[in-house]
Amino acid sequence: MNWLLAVLQTMLFVALAPLLAGWLKCCKCRLQNRKAPSIFQPYRDLLKLTNKQPVVAKQASWIFLIAPYIIFSATVLAATVVPLIAVDLPTSASADVIVMVGFFAFARFFLALAGLDIGTAFGGMGSSREMTISSLAEPAMLMAIFTLTMAASTTNLSFAIGHVLNEGFVLRPSFVFALAALILVAIAETGRIPVDNPATHLELTMIHEAMILEYSGRHLALIEWASQVKLMLYGVLIANIFFPWGIAETLGAQALGYGLLAIMGKLALLAIFLAIVETLFAKMRLFRVQEYLSFAYLLGLLGMLSHIILEASR
Amino acid sequence: MNIAELDFYTQAILSLAALVGLTSFLMLGQGRLLRLIFVFAMQGFLLTLTTVLAAYSLNNHHLYISAVLTLVLKVIFIPWMLRRQVLHMNMHRDIEALNNKTTVMLGGASLMVFSYYVLQPIVQSSPVVMLNALAVSLSVVLLGMLLMISHRQAVAHVVGFMSIENGLFFAAIVATNGMPMVVELGVAFDVLVAAVLFGIFFLHIRTSIDSLDVDLLNKLNEVDK
Repeated sequence: MNWLLAVLQTMLFVALAPLLAGWLKCCKCRLQNRKAPSIFQPYRDLLKLTNKQPVVAKQASWIFLIAPYIIFSATVLAATVVPLIAVDLPTSASADVIVMVGFFAFARFFLALAGLDIGTAFGGMGSSREMTISSLAEPAMLMAIFTLTMAASTTNLSFAIGHVLNEGFVLRPSFVFALAALILVAIAETGRIPVDNPATHLELTMIHEAMILEYSGRHLALIEWASQVKLMLYGVLIANIFFPWGIAETLGAQALGYGLLAIMGKLALLAIFLAIVETLFAKMRLFRVQEYLSFAYLLGLLGMLSHIILEASR
Repeated sequence: MNIAELDFYTQAILSLAALVGLTSFLMLGQGRLLRLIFVFAMQGFLLTLTTVLAAYSLNNHHLYISAVLTLVLKVIFIPWMLRRQVLHMNMHRDIEALNNKTTVMLGGASLMVFSYYVLQPIVQSSPVVMLNALAVSLSVVLLGMLLMISHRQAVAHVVGFMSIENGLFFAAIVATNGMPMVVELGVAFDVLVAAVLFGIFFLHIRTSIDSLDVDLLNKLNEVDK
């Protein structure tokens, strides 16, 4: 029963991800005085891409062909680790947050390989940029997450969220820092505006788009879908770790329904916040990203410090 | 001590302490003067919040006056004055190139650890919360000094100096539940006078070396080389 629920939750996760992307785009368009496409547009895009015949370059090796499937499945596996609407599920209890980061790294490795594989200049450039950024973002993210895990004294996400829920409302200075650090890292990792622009194909600025430039058809659909799942995953991580109220603690139908409503509300608010950020800020130069991420790392470090200094038991 | 067992007042004070520390770090890494002044005003606002919270929970009415003084002086007047001077001297478009920013930031983090280490013996004779608040305020003082060392613009030095005062003020509010009114008025007046004096200094430095970059002061010599 629990396993069935876990599988259903993951499927829901994957199914809702394009909706979040659509809602985000809708908010952004409104803020920029443009006419917004329907929030179901990402589904239509994905459908259209799956129906198209993929075009593959002659030089492409098997890595290029297999990469979209690996990326998509690794991202979906990462999504199983994160509690979406219920805390107490076997998949999230059996793997911890480091496994999730590991899945991300795995997907990214193959994405970078696929970018290099085809041999175009853009792909290589995108891969090198992506690896640079991720090598700086990953420590910052782990630092932020360790702050949480030190407070809950477990690296398991569902236990940690349960701990935060049981404790009730506690103002923790370290969580303020960790939240800020995690938001900065999430923006960098999902390639949103101050770091990378998901809507551009301008060769000087793109990072993620440069790697997937050669993909088409269902391969492109899978990669796009994976990046939407990744965006949602970070959103859920932020929403459920720092504001877990509303998530289902029991497995009754009513609790699950409330959990679903709560997470959708939280994600909708988070998307509005992200849209405001993307509207207010301009994309920064590539060489400034290192400063941005070292600031995120510093915030994570301060979160850890203030956990030890201000809160630790003695 | 587990933070979940503390009362709400202490949790809020600790969170504010962390945020005050954060603003110090933000100031340390800030190259633009107007943004630096804005973050300084934010720090003043956090101090005001702390004072109001202390006044409310301790039922200590003269702290409200002190909060109003902080709000007027450190959040509105001094930032406004500094901002006006920066705009007047046309420096708001300059970005100060901070050499090795990351080193300075990590140095700041180690200063925070250091101040906690220094204050460790105090914990024997006082509640833990006091140690934490004192550690944060000491690190705000040290970070203010680091800000003065690492920046070259005279305006940034003034902001660093003022944030040192902020650190002391925070310690006074949290550790001793506010200084006597006379002392507080005196300090507030001192800060005000200092701000005005700094304005005059800016003018003089600017007329003598035609810049507010204090590195250029090294060139001033008694004898011509």
